[in-house]
Amino acid sequence: MKQKSIAVVGAAETTKMGKIPDVSVIGLHADAALNAMADCGLKPSDIDGVATAGISPVDLAHYMGITPTYADGTSVGGCSFMLHVRHAAAAINEGLCNTVLITHGESGRSRVGAGGFARAASSLAGQFEMPFGPMGPPTMFTIPVLRYLKARGYTVEDLAHVAVIQREWAAMNPRASFKDPITVADVLGADMIAWPFTKLMCCLVTDGGGALILTSAERAKDFPQKPVYILGTGESVETPMVSQMEDFTSSKAFRVSGKKAFEESGISHSDVDHLMIYDAFAHLPLYGLEDLGFCKPGEAAGFIRGRNTAPGGKLPLNTNGGGLSYMHSGMYGMYALQESVRQMRGIAPAQVPGAKISIAHGVGGMFAASGTIVFSNEAP
Amino acid sequence: MPPRMLPEPTPETRHFWDGCKAGELRLQRCTDCDGGSYFPPRPFCPKCGSRKVENYAASGKGVLWSYVINMRPRPDMGTEPYAIAVVKLAEGPQMMSNIVNCPQTPEALQLDMPLTVTFAAQNDDISLPFFEPVKG
Repeated sequence: MKQKSIAVVGAAETTKMGKIPDVSVIGLHADAALNAMADCGLKPSDIDGVATAGISPVDLAHYMGITPTYADGTSVGGCSFMLHVRHAAAAINEGLCNTVLITHGESGRSRVGAGGFARAASSLAGQFEMPFGPMGPPTMFTIPVLRYLKARGYTVEDLAHVAVIQREWAAMNPRASFKDPITVADVLGADMIAWPFTKLMCCLVTDGGGALILTSAERAKDFPQKPVYILGTGESVETPMVSQMEDFTSSKAFRVSGKKAFEESGISHSDVDHLMIYDAFAHLPLYGLEDLGFCKPGEAAGFIRGRNTAPGGKLPLNTNGGGLSYMHSGMYGMYALQESVRQMRGIAPAQVPGAKISIAHGVGGMFAASGTIVFSNEAP
Repeated sequence: MPPRMLPEPTPETRHFWDGCKAGELRLQRCTDCDGGSYFPPRPFCPKCGSRKVENYAASGKGVLWSYVINMRPRPDMGTEPYAIAVVKLAEGPQMMSNIVNCPQTPEALQLDMPLTVTFAAQNDDISLPFFEPVKG
């Protein structure tokens, strides 16, 4: 895409976060959407593009009273919203629409008006994975990890360090679900969910949502909030079955998406002030740091242990506390984008001083898909 | 205990499940390119796109590539923790399976241990391919 041609002008999460038993899934979408419209001073009639995952963009448009000329229902898991941002940027630049609303809402914990996760027994995953007993992401997303640890010379303590440091960030965030400090021993000693993953290496299960509103950089100057420009974008998909991932030590979707985003944005790794790597489980930041090129293979665990990603470190990572400590409703990518936007606006609870470039990197499914957005707060 | 979740074969995968019933682990390979064996089944080569592919009986040998031990068993899987494993087959492809005739512990389940296929009939139509440690 064209650098800085598009900007985020509205961004908000749901009014409440965590346990919201009195709001349904579509209600969470709407709450986030209304908050984002209020953030930029727009009404539903001002929106002419919609994008969402989990529910259909038809559901969203009708519920919100929007008559769009652009609708994107890309649904590739938790990074769908990164792809929505990318597609919206292209659509606005192509003149398909002017102002795009992207929403996420999920009743992950309370399951109010929520669908199921069932896979048809005739699908490839239904035939070649489900008969062997996987039970959701904790037993699937984690399958490559023992191979990864062995290949890299990492240990389960390295996974624990990821959770410990993210809890340090969460402690600074009033909206984080878990704020109390934890130790490596706490993480290793927590309930075993799926060896080698304990509960504290797995994301939270909460209710919530978020919404973004994008328009052209030219128009963005007229909105009340500081525009956050899209500098570069990437996306890719690999496989609907984690067992068929080409390389258990590296995500092809991460590598392709990341490389594209760096190329589009024309930046180098040292230009990045702030980074979000979707952490549904503690191994994802390690894969992300390596596959995005911030660390050489085998160096990510030491990089985290060395406190480079911790408060005060040179590459602040998952500064909202991440899916491990902040919140995780199911498709967390929206919250990673929200935190990047807050950091670029300079209003994050754990604000990185002077941050000018932020990357939000998402994963979808179990290493199935990926999307990467590079943000800048400097006007074109 | 609810009945175990079982596959529903499609025309494109029928040969695989018929093979399991007959005691053969059937893979596919391309006869147009040297792309090698692939899995899961599909009627064309994922490397070159050719429809000229053949089914064949694989060796049934492989190694334990990676796994987790699910401590909260799915209701249809019984009450004891079990490993959900990925086996790297001698012919190249990876496939998900369970490791049978072996304690479901990190000590017993060593990465790269040699495994061999064994089939367990679930009903008249479906036999599931499991893997067990090579003896000796």
